[in-house]
Amino acid sequence: MAEIDYSEPRIGVFVCHCGTNIAAIVDVKKVVEEVKKLPGVVHAEDYMYMCSGIGQQLIINAIREKKLNGVVVAACTPSLHYETFARAVESAGLDKQRYEIVSIREYCSWVHFHDRRRATEKAVRIIAAAVARIRNNRVYKPIRRRIVKKALVIGGGIAGMTAAIDIANAGIPVILVEKEPTIGGRMIQLSVTFPTLDCAQCTITPKMAEVGKHPNIKLYTLSEVVDVSGHIGNFHVKIRKKPRMVDIEECRLCGWCSNACPVEVINEFTRGLSKRKAIYLPFPQAVPAAYVIDSEHCTRCGMCVKVCPVNAINLDEKEEIIEEDVGAIVVATGFDLYDGRKLPEYGYGIYKNVIDSLQFEQLIVPSGPTKGRIVRLSDGKPAKTVVFIQCAGQRDVNHLPYCSKICCMYTAKQALMYKSKVPDGKAYIFYIDVRTAGKGYEEFYRKVQEIPGITYIRGRVGKVWEDEDGNLIVTGVDTLSGELLKIKADLVVLALGMVPQLDRELAAKLKISVDENGFAQEVHPKLKPVETEAGGVYIAGAVQGPKDISESVAQASAAASKVIQLLSKDYIEKDPLVAEVDESRCDGCGLCVSTCPYGAISLENGVARVNEVACEGCGMCAAACPVGAIDLRNLTEKHFDEMIKAIYGVKSR
Amino acid sequence: MGDVIDKIIKISGRNVNLCYQCGMCTAVCPMAEYMDVKPHQIIRMIQLGDERVVEIDAVWVCASCMACVDRCPRDVGPGIIFEAVRLVSLRKGIDKIDYKAIEDLEAAPTLAMVTASRKYTG
Repeated sequence: MAEIDYSEPRIGVFVCHCGTNIAAIVDVKKVVEEVKKLPGVVHAEDYMYMCSGIGQQLIINAIREKKLNGVVVAACTPSLHYETFARAVESAGLDKQRYEIVSIREYCSWVHFHDRRRATEKAVRIIAAAVARIRNNRVYKPIRRRIVKKALVIGGGIAGMTAAIDIANAGIPVILVEKEPTIGGRMIQLSVTFPTLDCAQCTITPKMAEVGKHPNIKLYTLSEVVDVSGHIGNFHVKIRKKPRMVDIEECRLCGWCSNACPVEVINEFTRGLSKRKAIYLPFPQAVPAAYVIDSEHCTRCGMCVKVCPVNAINLDEKEEIIEEDVGAIVVATGFDLYDGRKLPEYGYGIYKNVIDSLQFEQLIVPSGPTKGRIVRLSDGKPAKTVVFIQCAGQRDVNHLPYCSKICCMYTAKQALMYKSKVPDGKAYIFYIDVRTAGKGYEEFYRKVQEIPGITYIRGRVGKVWEDEDGNLIVTGVDTLSGELLKIKADLVVLALGMVPQLDRELAAKLKISVDENGFAQEVHPKLKPVETEAGGVYIAGAVQGPKDISESVAQASAAASKVIQLLSKDYIEKDPLVAEVDESRCDGCGLCVSTCPYGAISLENGVARVNEVACEGCGMCAAACPVGAIDLRNLTEKHFDEMIKAIYGVKSR
Repeated sequence: MGDVIDKIIKISGRNVNLCYQCGMCTAVCPMAEYMDVKPHQIIRMIQLGDERVVEIDAVWVCASCMACVDRCPRDVGPGIIFEAVRLVSLRKGIDKIDYKAIEDLEAAPTLAMVTASRKYTG
């Protein structure tokens, strides 16, 4: 391929009809005729579909035959076909820094459909500006950065574990950080999973064991990511590891420590339905398989130390800060339930027999706090009537405006499990709409509806209160008949919504944005569901939005595949369009240093210096610099000046 | 949509299309059991453009406590819409109060009378 000569501008302009999307309004022939008069333009043509194979070939041929050293494509928005034409020009040997796409569809034909003459004129003007820009564009060498072949996964629930295993199986070392003393997340708290009614623990414990034993996975429990710096391919993270005070290697799970411990506190694993000691094993299959001391409640009495047969306990263990370098990060921090206390009208946190859906799961689990018996928590009597309230605090402008997606299915499952344990019991399910989109889900719902003793009621519950005998009274409405209902119940189960467990500070450190409900924001809801605005940081599971286990697993594997793609390369190349300092003008005020969101600028010998690898080319520094000493490459003041002049240089007809 | 429904929507300033018929308004209404047509059903009639809504007794049973407005998950504000229904009825000259039937008119509290006149007379 012949070397392109960039000395004198030889620019080609390619005008797309986009079928009739552009051509019906913008006079494309006229545009071609006008742009041919622009300085530096040596070729211009139009075509029906420039993005088609033939259209791209027209560009390639023109670059070769007319010896073009710049290309402007006037078509649709760059978010659609920027890459298409970039690949085409590069295949003809032209650097894409000398190519520009201008949207004469979105900016001209679509918005000015009522005025063909001015739409055409505007098209010519913005093409003129693009020509003026690339005429001044220099060709810079691409910037290469080395990639650290190691990944960080934050969160050890089903999503985080799946991502970690997938990445580790590709031969890439993974650091898995979990804030609890064990991995397992929410799924390990569940009884069975819909729609197959598989035992949740039996499904997840093999995964937990795999994570625990995987040679490529380094697990940090009781740990949180406290600082993240760097950029795609090269992050530096700080992890705060709280003291476990029990040696994982030495602990033999004999449990003597726990028996000896005099401190009893509520057990968060059963969501307060049981007690545990200050030294405890979260649950029998915990990974790592070792006891842990809850340093917040431990009185340091030393009883456990005395009885431990292997001297595994060290009450003086201190918190550690661990530093790691990684190339990619997966955020899988999961969800929490909406705080039921915000719904006092339903009596959550007021009456013992009003519980949330995760607490009900604990009543179903055979090894749970009631040994799988479904009882009134106030007096241990069997629960003969259970009222399930779906959408509790959901789809509600006063609480969560969104639908948590999984509650219809888990409520159906819970009603089914209840009936299997209390065959003569009655279950009432208050719902607004039953949403069962998913493979086998509608069929499951139907199966539950067939069970005698389960009644679906379409309507809301207004209030729940307790009578003198300790029964719950539920008042609501059946909207289909208009009947007001009053149900005496033993238990009320609130299907509280999912809220993201994503610390705003952590999100800010990772430079990922969150949506209005606090969920991590993906780049594109359809096409880039696991990518975030921060290159090299991916999201998986319920931290991105409400989803069930199968969706979380699918998304985790998707995030893992993105990580593997990224880390399979030794280097990544990035656009060289970074900030550049004119050292003769820089007076070293340092405003750019504090403005840069990527920490890419430092002061050296009294002048600003840009770290090209870290710079993302946002232009904040250029805007902030009081003396105009910083410019973005190919977007300098001169560029803007000439672009504006070009826009006004086109004569109005 | 009919004139009457348009007026109700205009006066209330609310968007009845947002109602998804969950029944929260009826579930929390202290007067619901005395109503011929329940609050959520009244909203449904308005959604469907049913002008007979002005003939419903329930809007006069409404105590204007606004519990439904407070709890409505879609911010439709049924209580505010019922006020609009009452206003539309009143402007048709329908009186819902008979002063002659009040036995001891002079002993009636003034404030109650003013309120009653405002709410129940056209």
